[in-house]
Amino acid sequence: MIGADAIIKCLEAEGVTTVFGYPGVAICPFYNSILESEIRTVLIRTEQNAAHAASGMARMTNRPGVCAVTSGPGATNVITGIATAFADSIPLVCITGQVNSELLGSDVFQEADITGAVESFVKYSYLVKNANDIPRIFKEAFHIANTGRKGPVLIDIPIDIQNGSVSKFKYPEEVFLRTYKPTVKGHAVQIKKVIRELEKAKRPIICAGGGVLLSQAEGELRSFAEQHKVPVVSTMMGIGVMPTDHPLYFGMVGNNGKPCANRAMNESDLLIMVGARVADRAVSQPDLITRDKVLVHIDVDPAEIGKNAGPTIPLVGDAKHIFSDFAKEEFVCCCDEWLQTLEQYRMNMVPRRSPNPDFVDPAAFITRLSERMAENGVYVADVGQNQIWSCGYARVKEGKFLTSGGMGTMGYSIPAAMGAKAAAPDRQVVAVCGDGSFQMSMMELATMRQHDIPVKIVVLKNHYLGMVREYQHYTYKDHYSVVDLSGSPDLEKLAEAYGIPFLRLETMENCDETINEFLRGDRSVLLECLIDPMDLVK
Amino acid sequence: MKMKTRIYSVLVENRSGVLCKVAGLFSRRCFNIDSLAVGETDDPAVSCMTIVSSGDERTIEQIEKQLNKKLDVIKVKTFSEQQCITRELMLIKVKYNKNNRREILEVCESMNSVEIVDMSKHFMMLQICDAPERVRSLITLLETISIVEVARTGTLALSKCGENDEAK
Repeated sequence: MIGADAIIKCLEAEGVTTVFGYPGVAICPFYNSILESEIRTVLIRTEQNAAHAASGMARMTNRPGVCAVTSGPGATNVITGIATAFADSIPLVCITGQVNSELLGSDVFQEADITGAVESFVKYSYLVKNANDIPRIFKEAFHIANTGRKGPVLIDIPIDIQNGSVSKFKYPEEVFLRTYKPTVKGHAVQIKKVIRELEKAKRPIICAGGGVLLSQAEGELRSFAEQHKVPVVSTMMGIGVMPTDHPLYFGMVGNNGKPCANRAMNESDLLIMVGARVADRAVSQPDLITRDKVLVHIDVDPAEIGKNAGPTIPLVGDAKHIFSDFAKEEFVCCCDEWLQTLEQYRMNMVPRRSPNPDFVDPAAFITRLSERMAENGVYVADVGQNQIWSCGYARVKEGKFLTSGGMGTMGYSIPAAMGAKAAAPDRQVVAVCGDGSFQMSMMELATMRQHDIPVKIVVLKNHYLGMVREYQHYTYKDHYSVVDLSGSPDLEKLAEAYGIPFLRLETMENCDETINEFLRGDRSVLLECLIDPMDLVK
Repeated sequence: MKMKTRIYSVLVENRSGVLCKVAGLFSRRCFNIDSLAVGETDDPAVSCMTIVSSGDERTIEQIEKQLNKKLDVIKVKTFSEQQCITRELMLIKVKYNKNNRREILEVCESMNSVEIVDMSKHFMMLQICDAPERVRSLITLLETISIVEVARTGTLALSKCGENDEAK
């Protein structure tokens, strides 16, 4: 057996079903060996999207997504995808081919120091120097990627190691890493302290971040909130922890969030932050969430606690474990009055939009689209004004809401939606992007066709890089610079060229019929919505 | 914000690339490195990095947490300057002549941790192994005479033996 065969055996042992990637000479032994396996290969059209697709898959399966690319430019192209996954703590295992190990360091054709280049965007990386280390390294890589605070792991494998012989293949059952033992169980004393605070609190609130979804603690959090009638808000990455229409859910916080959610968070006397980084977009003034209130910060990564705001009660551990432990505690929390106040805020603090009737109103469109989507549908939002509208107006039911929150990587939605669809072929997957972000990933229409991954795509077209235009509108008084998207292709012709059905929505008239047609059947459709170029999210 | 000096004794896996990862962590997060010394421990698989850094309370805590997050880091111990014994080794080459020779020898005598380890017709190499502030004061004393070049190890530190007694 050679190294490449061993890699495939490792992936099989980890239950990997799909590898997204792009070959080149340095990864050819791997792509040759994979032909003997049941593992599906998907030829993505640019390497960055291989990592995004693996991210979409990981977020559906709760297992590390896998991508495999070649050395040099293949490896460097994948970095943005890795950094995107790192910022959102998405587990990935990225395999990069590398030049012959004897040539390492001599700057030969397509050599790049990829482990050095990705150091600040990976949880860990390996450069394999002996084919016999492959089983151990893969076992460790999958373990590291998917435990503790999850994240991408990169494995760089020189071509001679892929071709080198493996004397005896045995996939390890356990990992031995003396330096890596994440704390998952919350400290009993700290848990008791939180419960005492809940008993005392008049205005408690839970702010749920992406960590709740990563630890699959939605059910635990929801039943805890319901049992004790504690209101919930979320960060952008925490959208989907609670169904949008849940009476205890008050929306997304942050500078692009719901006014009532921000007010609720600021006026609370007990704030339980769980699986959230307290980053600038969610909490622009960290002192506001510590002043006059008890801050409980729950995170599996101890370094996140106290990084941006000093908590009263730090609680290190996995959200699922901690909320299961909370559930064992008996206590009474009285906050009926607080809930009534919040209900008032919800009703009175509705942001007013005055949509232009000559165009599609993105807010109303997104609401209606998401309402008509399947109960367990997957909504993938891109980055830009479209993302803010999606976060504000999409109704998430029992499905998922995926987006690039930490890094804000444009072009994420289409490849991530493909990864999600490949992971869950029986679920409806819709990518919603702008005309800027669409053009960053439109080459993947070919991948969808070739591999029969029927993702539905909405393009909110306003002929501008709208988010930047909006910023220039406010900051530079309409002094627009490099935001005009003139020269964009005719999307109808483009869809036709790729053999994908096309729909266009010009105003809100026929909105529901068009959405119904768009969502009909398990097929790719490209829906173009014409948006007022001057529309603003704020 | 009050700046404090903190000494981190970091046990790491003795593998290639680990120094780069730890140093990269400091530069990426804008933490200071005042000094860094690395060497193998009694276990050849483990290296000890002694890092002297400074920052406010929050930074000092973050440095420890971020170091602990690195997978190649086995253990992080931190001390204030008072909790440990610190030493630094310096080699310093000076140019001498009949006018300043006495002065140099007087400096050596006044600081009993200084030795002459090499000498030629015009140059003299001194060695000092002492607490970092005394190493600095030797430089100050010799600055006015004529320093040719200097090599320093950076601070090494181990917690005081009394701390082990307390832990027991």
